[in-house]
Amino acid sequence: MLEAYLGLFIKAVFVENMALTFFLGMCTFIAISKRVETALGLGIAVIFVLGITVPVNNLIYNFLLREGALSWAGLSSVDLSFLGYLSYIGVIAAIVQILEMFLDRYVPALYNVLGVFLPLITVNCAILGAALFMVERDYTFGESVVFGLGAGTGWALAIVALAGVREKLKYSDVPDGLRGLGITFITVGLMSLCFMAFGGIDI
Amino acid sequence: MNLRKWLDRIEPKFLKGGSLQAFYPLYEAIDTALYTPGKTTAGATHVRDGIDLKRIMITVWLAAWIPGFFGMFFVGLQANEAMQTLGQTELAGWRGWFLNMLTGFDPNSVWDNFLHGFFYFMPIYIVTFTAGILAEAVFASRRGHEINEGFFVTSILYSLTLPATTPLWMVALGIVFGVVIGKEVFGGTGKNFLNPALTGRVFLYFAYPAQMSGDAVWVPVDGHTGATALGALATDGGYNTSWLTAFIGNIPGSMGETSTLAILLGASMLLIMRIASWRIMLGCLVGMVAMASFFNLVGSDDNPMFAIPWYWHLVLGGFAFGTVYMATDPVSAAMTDRGRLYYGFLVGVFCVLIRVANPAFPEGMMLAILFGNLFAPLCDYVVVQNNIKRRKRRMAHSG
Repeated sequence: MLEAYLGLFIKAVFVENMALTFFLGMCTFIAISKRVETALGLGIAVIFVLGITVPVNNLIYNFLLREGALSWAGLSSVDLSFLGYLSYIGVIAAIVQILEMFLDRYVPALYNVLGVFLPLITVNCAILGAALFMVERDYTFGESVVFGLGAGTGWALAIVALAGVREKLKYSDVPDGLRGLGITFITVGLMSLCFMAFGGIDI
Repeated sequence: MNLRKWLDRIEPKFLKGGSLQAFYPLYEAIDTALYTPGKTTAGATHVRDGIDLKRIMITVWLAAWIPGFFGMFFVGLQANEAMQTLGQTELAGWRGWFLNMLTGFDPNSVWDNFLHGFFYFMPIYIVTFTAGILAEAVFASRRGHEINEGFFVTSILYSLTLPATTPLWMVALGIVFGVVIGKEVFGGTGKNFLNPALTGRVFLYFAYPAQMSGDAVWVPVDGHTGATALGALATDGGYNTSWLTAFIGNIPGSMGETSTLAILLGASMLLIMRIASWRIMLGCLVGMVAMASFFNLVGSDDNPMFAIPWYWHLVLGGFAFGTVYMATDPVSAAMTDRGRLYYGFLVGVFCVLIRVANPAFPEGMMLAILFGNLFAPLCDYVVVQNNIKRRKRRMAHSG
């Protein structure tokens, strides 16, 4: 059991890295990776949000949406899975709002670290993507917790590494036409080439 | 010194306003490769050492020939032995023409073996050098930076990581990718974040896996197959060679990576001259030993790679070559002293991790080094931040 969870976590971090294997969450990935410090803040926020929303969406899917999920209410033939996208994104938005208020009130230190990134990642496609992967792969509740945390950690690792590289590249002499976004795309591509090292690991 | 005079005479043509101004980097490259640059410090001198970028690069380039020569010999030896077993006495093509004229195909003759390997390595090296320097020259002339000796190192390391049978157009494609995407788009030598030689090599590896891996590419004789020791371990679970043979280098593999003995000679040269960082090498070694021992302890019933002890990891595949020549690339490695230890450790750990845990890649060193390059800036960041924190604390205490 523990071994399976560990395998799933490692797979979510390295083998199926949200940012560098699936290219999800690219807008924030590229926009907020100029400095290691901010990238780290955003990364922690993503771990946080993924770790909460994926399990919650798992519960919603298993007890409300999937075919036969409503049998506890006597409606065993109802299939609400067409409401999936709407529910997941709604749940994500709501949870991020609640989380923000909660942190502001009770954990101000963490709230200050996360700052603007928390509301920002409501619309990060990595968050919705993780929820959809969870549905597609039919994770149990326990697996969805591990997967959420793992996917978040992987994304955070990737953005912190990119920020480190971009801080180093400040001293580069990039041709004019490639300055800014162009060279960042090339960098991300090369990073993804490095992450192919894990392609094929089957845990 | 007629050559010097001739170079001086044509120099004005390449300077600003001259007719060949666009080609100044080419002129400069040839001039400074042949002679000491004429620039001197104007004010009081502050030089403490005769070392500079040129000397560092040329030393690494020279040191890389040691495994290169060993590699050529072993490629030739394996080819000649394979030919003897298969009963072939003739080699078709231009290689055969040269070899027939110069020597024979006797696996007992050092000269025959060396020359046979030489005729596989040299075309690859010449193509690498020409294609790469052309790509670099185009960028250098357009962007006005100099062509420097960094490419000497890139070219030899790249050639040495290739299998002897690599088609030459592929060699050219890989090095151009490495030089352009791995280095020049970032502004040239010293400004890239990945090792350009490895970038090109990995590009080829993923683009043309059939020509870059398997068991038919290492020994350049048609009809002969010889898997690398790691490949054999991954498929059959047994060693196809003895440790001493692997240490000396008579095993199939990329041309420069097989002989750990030669690589150790090169390593001692680089270390004694203090060209390469001992911290990175030590980090790699410690990381590799730690991870290999960890896997040995964990054990596995269905994966024989778990049981490989560290001294086998050391002599098989590209670990030794990567540790000594690739991971120590001063541009793409970590810059701080402690960061270098972390970085080396990371490379060693990931090398063994990829070898053992990833069934798709029996060899993991080049990917591990690229992965290390990716995290090298972070290693530095952590070290620098820790330093700042420590000094702040010290200030607070003393203040």
